[in-house]
Amino acid sequence: MSVSIQSIHKTFGSYTALDDVSLEIPDGSLTALLGPSGSGKTTLLRIVAGLEFADPGSGRVLFHGEDVTEVPAGSRGVGFVFQHYALFKHMSVADNIAFGLSVLPGSRRPAKGDIEARVHELLQLVKLEGLEKRRPHELSGGQRQRVALARALAIRPKILLLDEPFGALDAQVRKDLRRWLRQFHDEIGLTTLFVTHDQEEALELADQVVVMRNARIEQTGKPQDIYDEPRTSFVYEFLGEVNKLDDGRYVRPHEIELKFAAEEGVQVAGRVSHLFVAGPFARLSVVPESGSRREIEVWATREQVEEMALCDGDIIGLRFPEPKPAARPQGKAK
Amino acid sequence: MALRPVTTESAPVRWLLIGLAVAILTLFLLLPLAAVFIEAFRRGWEVFTAALTEDAAFSAIKLTLIAAAISVPLNTIFGVAAAWLITKFRFKGRALLLSLIDLPFAVSPVIAGLVFVLMFGAKGWFGPWLMEHDIRIIFALPGIILATVFVTSPFVARELIPLMESQGIDQEEAAVTLGASGLQIFRRVTIPNIKWGLLYGVLLCNARAMGEFGAVSVVSGHIRGKTNTLPLHVEVLYNEYQFSAAFACAALLALLALVTLGLKTAVEHFTGHGSKGRH
Amino acid sequence: MPKQRVIPGFGLSMGITIFWLSGIILIPLAALFLKAAGLGPGEWWNILTSPRVLAAAKLTFGASAAAAGVSMVLGLLVAWVLVRYEFPGKKVLDAMVDLPFALPTAVAGITLTQIYAPTGWLGQYLAKWGIQGAYSPTGVFIALTFIGFPFVVRTVQPVMEDLGPELEEASASLGANRWTTFRRVIFPLLVPALITGFTLAFARAIGEYGSVIFISGNLPMKTEILPLLIVAQLEQFKYEAAAVIAAGMLLVSFALLFLINLLQRRLNWQTR
Repeated sequence: MSVSIQSIHKTFGSYTALDDVSLEIPDGSLTALLGPSGSGKTTLLRIVAGLEFADPGSGRVLFHGEDVTEVPAGSRGVGFVFQHYALFKHMSVADNIAFGLSVLPGSRRPAKGDIEARVHELLQLVKLEGLEKRRPHELSGGQRQRVALARALAIRPKILLLDEPFGALDAQVRKDLRRWLRQFHDEIGLTTLFVTHDQEEALELADQVVVMRNARIEQTGKPQDIYDEPRTSFVYEFLGEVNKLDDGRYVRPHEIELKFAAEEGVQVAGRVSHLFVAGPFARLSVVPESGSRREIEVWATREQVEEMALCDGDIIGLRFPEPKPAARPQGKAK
Repeated sequence: MALRPVTTESAPVRWLLIGLAVAILTLFLLLPLAAVFIEAFRRGWEVFTAALTEDAAFSAIKLTLIAAAISVPLNTIFGVAAAWLITKFRFKGRALLLSLIDLPFAVSPVIAGLVFVLMFGAKGWFGPWLMEHDIRIIFALPGIILATVFVTSPFVARELIPLMESQGIDQEEAAVTLGASGLQIFRRVTIPNIKWGLLYGVLLCNARAMGEFGAVSVVSGHIRGKTNTLPLHVEVLYNEYQFSAAFACAALLALLALVTLGLKTAVEHFTGHGSKGRH
Repeated sequence: MPKQRVIPGFGLSMGITIFWLSGIILIPLAALFLKAAGLGPGEWWNILTSPRVLAAAKLTFGASAAAAGVSMVLGLLVAWVLVRYEFPGKKVLDAMVDLPFALPTAVAGITLTQIYAPTGWLGQYLAKWGIQGAYSPTGVFIALTFIGFPFVVRTVQPVMEDLGPELEEASASLGANRWTTFRRVIFPLLVPALITGFTLAFARAIGEYGSVIFISGNLPMKTEILPLLIVAQLEQFKYEAAAVIAAGMLLVSFALLFLINLLQRRLNWQTR
């Protein structure tokens, strides 16, 4: 089901959390709301869920063209996975997952056996078979996360919303779960919206990335487009490492070409202040000879560094890529 | 010299402090407690049982139980509602409401009794009207209940508010997104999470309701066999120099206190953490 | 459009809370002040400055402050020992700290009287030193300390438990000895909780009735506390005078609590 968010305002007292935010989420997509803390991304997610309400009269939320702005959360048919999972501590895994079905009014509530079957099916889906009798505190972080997901899916939501789904997990679990979620989404094809402050996560997982900052949307687009053609300096800096050159241009470390200082086409010459080789990659910090105080970060391959026989203190040349027509690096957010 | 961690004191200092604290607690708490029971049994088991089975004592016990049985459930409903309101919602005047819930702690029990005498007493606002319709509030059960309710109203709320505040509203919100109704959320999500705190709040409320003296003393009129609660009965006996009987009844009340403390400790043991509220 | 709320029960819980607070507490208290307002300022002045009221007020507020102050010291020591050290019987003693909360005040009153009477278990030793326990202002002070010191223990204890060893380890690694560490690192962190405990003990002591009236002896001008004076007025059917004394007592104690609260906010703000 597609989601359409139309000019939403949200204030908490004198604080503006969302300032005229509009967004289209296509049916079946996996969309990331990306931004630093305080950018309004979680508030937006909660408004879609019906856990917060936009300022009266400010805008609308449509599900598949239908206005749900004033529909209460329980009737919207959304599955919400909370940042800290919000599992019911006193219930077993199975009871947690069955909760949404067991609270349905008698006429619509499935029979006991059907609920059990559904729980079993979901446990299989999230790969937690055999854990149905455990309590939440007996599970690892990753397992809890998947119980929360299964619980949200049990009510057969039309939209899945996840608040910082990997925020509380270890680095390794995070990576595994991230891939799993992508696969999972491809299998069930549910319209999914998730909040993250991790750009890598957003770029790797999502079909559509929405970069937010200071209660506004900075840019919306496919991950590759956003990375390659950031529209504002904020997006440039927020998505991956970037060098800001003296002329105001932004250049990513991997876009810079390494040359010998005397070679043709060198735009800046500088001294290697720090060289770090790890596996097949190399990172260099270069201090320009021009006297600029900005160190330039360059990513190269180990092969290249070894070929040029570079050491700390060497003088080398750098060549930057042609500026892209779409880039408007010095531009502020609208 | 034995090595000791930097975060503790040397053994002599440690044992000096422990000794002082144990002495304070023994002299201040254990000695009075022991005194109650020793005085109660000073003149033997027969005198003790006679004091408790005598008519006036029996009716005092009955009145105490009735007053608690009415005021504790009422204050439990209030306490749960107030804690729900304070912890699940943010609204204007929330801080003021929180202080008002605590207000009875800062009001002398005597004043708590006095206010109802001023409203419903013979010379009070509604006194003449009540007299005309032959309704007795002061010097009767309703007054005792009103005074008890006033004094014990914060106990359940005070126990629940910090507990529910620390649990946040995540689980309730999750239940909302899963389509649960208000009653379902309360019964199936909130209550299981707060039941031990609630139980302890109710226990404290009950202990105070059964033991309340000042407020009840003002509104009861001390009519022996009619409006004397057990603590008032203790006072009457004491003032009549029937010390053993007074202490026998006091021992019963002290037993109630010990049971309350025992249950509290059990609850803490059961939940694995302390609920160190203020009362 | 009414403000929407996600979690249900706002109206219901607000309704119950407001109904209960107004019906049981606010309207009756308002009745008290209205009754007291029935008398003019001149009569207020006469009642509140009568020697008997002044003496009772001095005793009530003075003994309460002294008891709360001593409770702070005793409570800090007891809390420290209960949190920091292991010793046999600790669990029982810890549980017993709540006894004054749970023990009916009348029971505390007659028992403390029995113990501190000039012929009592402890009273006889005090008498040898020329101190009269029961039936004196000292007795009032003893009863109020009994009532008050658990408040201090129970407010300081959780704060102490949350302190964690890092601060003390840091202090020790910088060369401070235990006493310096306590004085300059730990104690300042406990001050807000100590003041909260003081306030709770003080507020409770001002209004305390049951545990005091037995031990005090109730001599007008000497060992009579304000709540007892209110009861005395009521027994003579002087409703207005009782209301005026009660209103005055409430106003003074609210003002004191408010001041302590202000002080504490400032302290909290500094230690943050």
